[in-house]
Amino acid sequence: MSTATASVTPIVKGQGKRVRQEAILFYFCIAPFILGFILFDLIPMLASLGLSFTQWNILTAPTFIGLQNYINAFKDPKVLISLRITIFYSLIQVPLRLGVALMLAVLLNEATKGVGFFRTAFYLPSIVSSVAIAVLWTWILNPVYGPVNGVIRALGGEGPKWFSDPKFALWGLIMMSPWGAGGEMLIFLAGLKGIDQQLYEAAELDGAGRVARFFRITLPMLSSTLFFNLVMAIIGSFQTFDTAYVISTTRAGTLGGPANSTLFYMLYLYNRAFAGQQMGYASALGWILFAILMVITLLVLRSSNLWVFYESERKR
Amino acid sequence: MAVNTLTTSGVPFSQSRRFQNLLKNVVVYLLLIFLSLVFIFPFFWMLDSALKQNSQIFLWPPKWIPDPIAWNNFVAAFSNPQLPFLTFLKNTMILEVGIITGRLLSCILVAYGFARLEAPGKTFWFTVLLATFMLPGAVIMIPKYILFNKLGWVNSFLPLIVPAWFGESYAIFLMRQFFMTIPRELEEAAIMDGANTFDILRLIIVPLSTPVLAVITVLSFKDIWNDFFTPLLYLNSSNKYTIAIGLAYFNGQYKVDMGPLMAASVVLILPLIIVFFLAQKAFVEGISLTGLAGR
Repeated sequence: MSTATASVTPIVKGQGKRVRQEAILFYFCIAPFILGFILFDLIPMLASLGLSFTQWNILTAPTFIGLQNYINAFKDPKVLISLRITIFYSLIQVPLRLGVALMLAVLLNEATKGVGFFRTAFYLPSIVSSVAIAVLWTWILNPVYGPVNGVIRALGGEGPKWFSDPKFALWGLIMMSPWGAGGEMLIFLAGLKGIDQQLYEAAELDGAGRVARFFRITLPMLSSTLFFNLVMAIIGSFQTFDTAYVISTTRAGTLGGPANSTLFYMLYLYNRAFAGQQMGYASALGWILFAILMVITLLVLRSSNLWVFYESERKR
Repeated sequence: MAVNTLTTSGVPFSQSRRFQNLLKNVVVYLLLIFLSLVFIFPFFWMLDSALKQNSQIFLWPPKWIPDPIAWNNFVAAFSNPQLPFLTFLKNTMILEVGIITGRLLSCILVAYGFARLEAPGKTFWFTVLLATFMLPGAVIMIPKYILFNKLGWVNSFLPLIVPAWFGESYAIFLMRQFFMTIPRELEEAAIMDGANTFDILRLIIVPLSTPVLAVITVLSFKDIWNDFFTPLLYLNSSNKYTIAIGLAYFNGQYKVDMGPLMAASVVLILPLIIVFFLAQKAFVEGISLTGLAGR
């Protein structure tokens, strides 16, 4: 007995040491992440929250003004304009973009030959830099020499002035969006490949037509992928910046122009922070955007119980 | 033969399975061809304009094939003394190397910790990692700018490169998922032979993880090459510009000739297209993984 305990204790002791060594090694390995998280995420977030209650132009000391920034934001006509533009854009752009992405993915999934070529053609635009997209589409939507208005003219119409016309500038940006839907298309395609073919075969035996199979099998089985794409697209859409920045500053001469018709929320936030030097106000605007996105994401998440179907739940 | 007799004798051809399939394929391929032309057209238009003389650019109906080919647009874009595109290219490559090196090294280490080692608090930190996916960029941006401003780093590459050396959540997550599929036996054998953690990473984990490392390298290359917002915030003198900022600056000039502008756009996107064709598999897998990771 005594020999047994004597031989057990050293092992436990050795194990305890090994466990401790492993823990030290673990924290050594993830140290870059912990440091980076604290330095570049946690502290900036807390600082931003603090700043949002102050008035600060970087140069002089910040002064505490309580909730004034938030109150001002709700009275600021430009905040309301930019929110309206961002929401309107998202309401049209997100379904359009995801619809095109889904259509391309379904077509690719049906094709048997030349899939590689078509996939490349559809995906290639989404690796192009937003600056190049902006420059290129400004040229394509050129009122006089652009091919789009050229076609409209050939059909006997008169094309709009696109990015110089407050009524059409936002529509120009909406039109450009599906061109970059290749990433979402690939994600849909991966989802489509994951659908069990037996489901289709069984449905076909039961006499289900193509349309019925799409709505009764493809869409339900794809709903978790759709959910992911939808959340990401909404978040991305609300943070639209690059193309609107490049196009409005060059074609209209003012940030968010012409006549504030493309003044996206992020453009106005950027303008307040770096042109207006209103760091406190801009921080408050950042938190308002975050709150809006949280609410929308939660709403989508809540609604997902109604329309997202998870395979694992079916098996349970 | 058996199938043939079935379709000819049973139902009329227009309702037969073969006809239905044929019809479906015709519709699918007509749509695919039409849509791929629509998607490729802007590229064609850009290249076409880049190779045309000014007098031919502004013609309607357009002259589809440039004649003569105006290579001088490329010369004009690259010899503009206010737009040193070679400097922009050099700056972009400094960022590519600095960011990708830092991201790979730090993420391999962190992902290995999450994939293989046990410690109290591990679940907590992994939850933090997942939570950072949802961090609001618009919120963090201003204090981060102020931090780098106080450090005197604005108008240098440091605000863009240094954070990459502290890991990146998405890359860590992808690598961790991959590392967990590598059998532990290899490491256990190596430990028996006296290998330490760095030996294991260098000799086992990294060589076996080339697919996921390629995905992260290629997607990072694309994101850094295309990034507009971060360089716009931090780089404000033209000798520090990246190629994307350079093109935006070129585009914003008071009077721009379309030919050289399109030539510069071609130069901005061509390297990416080449990288894409060299590493198409990594691109497609990487994007598809993003979707699967989100499920």
